[in-house]
Amino acid sequence: MAADRTILKDPSREARIFVDRLVVCAVFIVLAFGLIAAQYYKLQIVDYERYAAQSDQNRLQTQPIAPRRGLIRERSGRLIAGNEPTFLLSVVAERTGGLDQVLSELQSIIDLSDDDIQAFQQRRPSTRPYAPVPLKFRLTERERALIAVDRYKLPGVEIEAQLVREYPYADLFAHAVGYVGRINQREQAQLPEGLYEGTFHTGKTGIEQFYETALLGAPGVQTVETNARGQIMRVVDQAPSVPGADLRLHLDLDLQLAAAQALGDQRGAVVALDTRTGGILALYSSPSFDPNQFVNGISVQQYAQWRDSPDMPLFNRALQGQYPPGSTVKPAIALGGLQMGLITPDTAIPDPGWYQLPGGDRRYRDWVLRLRGTGHAETVQLHMAIAESCDVYFYDLARAMTVDRMHDFLSHFYLGQKTSLDTTGERSGVLPSTQWKRANRGAPWFPGETLSVGIGQGYMLATPLQLAFMTAVIAGRGEAYLPSLVADIDGVAKVSSRIDFPAIAPEHWAAVIAGMEAVVHEDSGTARAMSRGLTYRVASKTGTAQVIGIGQDEEYDETTIAERHRNHGLFVAFAPVESPSIAIAVIVENGGGSSSAVPVARSVLDTWFSDPANRVPSTQEVAERG
Amino acid sequence: MAEYLRRMPNDGQSFTQTRSIWAVVKLDPWLLLLLIALCSIGFVTLTSAVDGDPGVLLRQSIYLGLGFVVMVVAAQIPIYIYSRWAPWFYLIGILALFLVLMMGAGAKGAQRWISLGAFRFQPSEIMKLAVPLTVAWYLAKRTLPPSPKYVAATLILVATPAFLIFMQPDLGTAILVATAGLLVLFLSGLSWRYVGFALILLVSALWPLWAYFLRDYQKQRVLTLFNPESDRLGAGWNIIQSKTAIGSGGWSGKGYLEGTQALLDFLPESHTDFIIAVLAEEQGFRGILALMLLYLLICLRCLWISYNASSMYGRLVGASITMTFFVYILVNMGMVAGILPVVGVPLPLVSRGGTSIVTLLAGFGILMAISQDKRPLN
Repeated sequence: MAADRTILKDPSREARIFVDRLVVCAVFIVLAFGLIAAQYYKLQIVDYERYAAQSDQNRLQTQPIAPRRGLIRERSGRLIAGNEPTFLLSVVAERTGGLDQVLSELQSIIDLSDDDIQAFQQRRPSTRPYAPVPLKFRLTERERALIAVDRYKLPGVEIEAQLVREYPYADLFAHAVGYVGRINQREQAQLPEGLYEGTFHTGKTGIEQFYETALLGAPGVQTVETNARGQIMRVVDQAPSVPGADLRLHLDLDLQLAAAQALGDQRGAVVALDTRTGGILALYSSPSFDPNQFVNGISVQQYAQWRDSPDMPLFNRALQGQYPPGSTVKPAIALGGLQMGLITPDTAIPDPGWYQLPGGDRRYRDWVLRLRGTGHAETVQLHMAIAESCDVYFYDLARAMTVDRMHDFLSHFYLGQKTSLDTTGERSGVLPSTQWKRANRGAPWFPGETLSVGIGQGYMLATPLQLAFMTAVIAGRGEAYLPSLVADIDGVAKVSSRIDFPAIAPEHWAAVIAGMEAVVHEDSGTARAMSRGLTYRVASKTGTAQVIGIGQDEEYDETTIAERHRNHGLFVAFAPVESPSIAIAVIVENGGGSSSAVPVARSVLDTWFSDPANRVPSTQEVAERG
Repeated sequence: MAEYLRRMPNDGQSFTQTRSIWAVVKLDPWLLLLLIALCSIGFVTLTSAVDGDPGVLLRQSIYLGLGFVVMVVAAQIPIYIYSRWAPWFYLIGILALFLVLMMGAGAKGAQRWISLGAFRFQPSEIMKLAVPLTVAWYLAKRTLPPSPKYVAATLILVATPAFLIFMQPDLGTAILVATAGLLVLFLSGLSWRYVGFALILLVSALWPLWAYFLRDYQKQRVLTLFNPESDRLGAGWNIIQSKTAIGSGGWSGKGYLEGTQALLDFLPESHTDFIIAVLAEEQGFRGILALMLLYLLICLRCLWISYNASSMYGRLVGASITMTFFVYILVNMGMVAGILPVVGVPLPLVSRGGTSIVTLLAGFGILMAISQDKRPLN
């Protein structure tokens, strides 16, 4: 070791060391080559027979066994996405001995569109050699018979049984469950190695996409003995596939049906949440579309029709439609005012029917001014402000609160943020602030804009899902769970996460909820028409979202305005008031006003409470139980 | 004193014997002959693997031609010039690696090359030569075996480019570059105690490497090695197919271009990493032995050149380039035969390649330059 430390270079010693190392290297090289040669000797000489037999492709072939895709059921177990046995025509190009000839032969026997052939050609490069490549899905009985007859002319052509996704309720769940479609080239490049062998579909949207990994399962594999034509003679060994996990959703078939029927031909959306779990009970966007069309490749015409329709059936209004929330946001703003100490339930605001900013000259009108020529009352208090949806009250509150404090408080309701745990494509809406405007509009905030936000107009946008969640937060008095579609996976319950909500005094919750209760249950309420025949108590809020801006001196007159320019009708509600179980948000596009949305909500709520499990005990029953 | 004389530049040769043509063109005849033989076998095998695709063959010819030109040019440069320029070469390479990483970050994914017009250039390829040249430059000036201080500095010299390449991410090349640098350290007489310690460290580092750094597909490749049957459709497919192709070749093979068409189609990446399976299938064990013999002769010839080099710099550079070349062969042949995990290392001078062919032949050019600088025979 001491020698190592010498300063002087000793060339002969260094050369000796180097030569020693060189010898080590040479020995290592020879040994390693010997080892590799031994391995090749083993493969090529010792095991020659075995590999020679294996290379004889006519004898043994490894095939994937596609897994069964997981089933999707609604709340009470009714199947909403299943698998249907079908027959699939596929071609092993390497066995055809002339692919073009076999394809044209097939075209003369069965109906084979150019789309089919083009899709087939696109799929081919990404598959393994000698793997059957699908050419046509869902063969009819007749086509199977025709091919069987001419089989001798069609080397390399195979018919396989295959399970294909089917949505028995067609358009009812399209926007919630989504759909599967054939794997396209872009997706092919990103698929995990091996998992999709034998599987030709993957989830494209919704639950099908979000839970793709769980629903897929894992392929099995079998070794089969085939003859020269590729027909299976014998299965040599088999490792079964692992079926995909079955999902049960919170969605309720009856509520979906009620929502779809109530909306009818109108454009709009319904979202209902279970306030106790965050489970999404209904999620319907109207008009909808038939997801079955996408499973095996939608025709160009059908797709163009949906894509170009002015009603936009492919657009998921419940998650992606961003609307001004209008007056539905007022209860939440009122809570903020109470929490910040800006108002008490008894604070009285003078209401001449319009509002003016100190020092400003523009008059911000209340919606009743046009109808009554005056305000709601000489002075308005919280209860009346919510029940009658007084704009002047909230103009004043908004001014006192400022837009940034409004932004911070409403953020607790997840406005301006995505809320859901397991939907795809959800939009986050807009919850404006001075900072937001500077970043997105490059302009400073004007005081008048704060007033618009105070009544849910202006820059503010929210999705129906966000409005339903906001309502659920109020229903739970701050105790709420993020919305989720899936209730359990293979029987294992999925629990949603609870949100953090600032502490608010119980009397403040009570004051706001009492105002919301008055909307339906008091004679002056904006949705009093709903109270007729109602067997449960509802807390709610109506809203109207402007589609076009109305100038200061213009009048909004529904009869003279084009249908597409009419206001959107909004309604949010939860029930029963005493122990809430359901919260709902409804929007009817161009419905004119909230009166278009109220009956839709009523229909869904009635359906919910017609189920004995959700039925509210009447006051009499409660009294009897003591 | 005799030692000193022995190390005089060998200009005395001119009057003791006529200068041979090889001394004039500054090439090593044996190495040249062996390389031409190897490239010919490689090209013929590639022709079969790509089924005579003229586009691929033309590109391969161009790269081989370019490679030989670079080799001849590299052989003309005296070895001390390499020593002088090595650190600059290294610094430029490091900068280029940074550049690639930043561009890769912009392109949101793996990027390994810089585009210079129609020409793509991979800085990581340059590093395969720059690292051993620089480490040798650094160590040759020191008293050997290197003291701990210099060992530490060398490790930094090696680890920096290796890490940058690993980040691209290109684990295979990172390992090769690190190997080339560490080989110089080993050849310079690094104490066996250090070597043993490093091996122990390496083995104990395997677990964290496995747990935190390897990506899922990389793990899968290693697992597949131990049991290819476990994943017959995914990662195991390549190994099973290549073993089948090799095994079915037997002793004498199925004949040139006679590898069962079916089997060739089944064979993954038959023109790149798995090309030796094509040779094994068509030429049998005979062909494999011939190829291995060729590789062995090239390695031994290069070690001989390194042994005869007059300067410590030349010895270290020559031997490390040789050993790196050998590691390529070992990893590729081991991988295809199913005794090493599948890492994307081509079979040198046989697989279809681009920059890598040029880099390899440039390395041999440096070896030829070293061969011109040999010490006089006793």
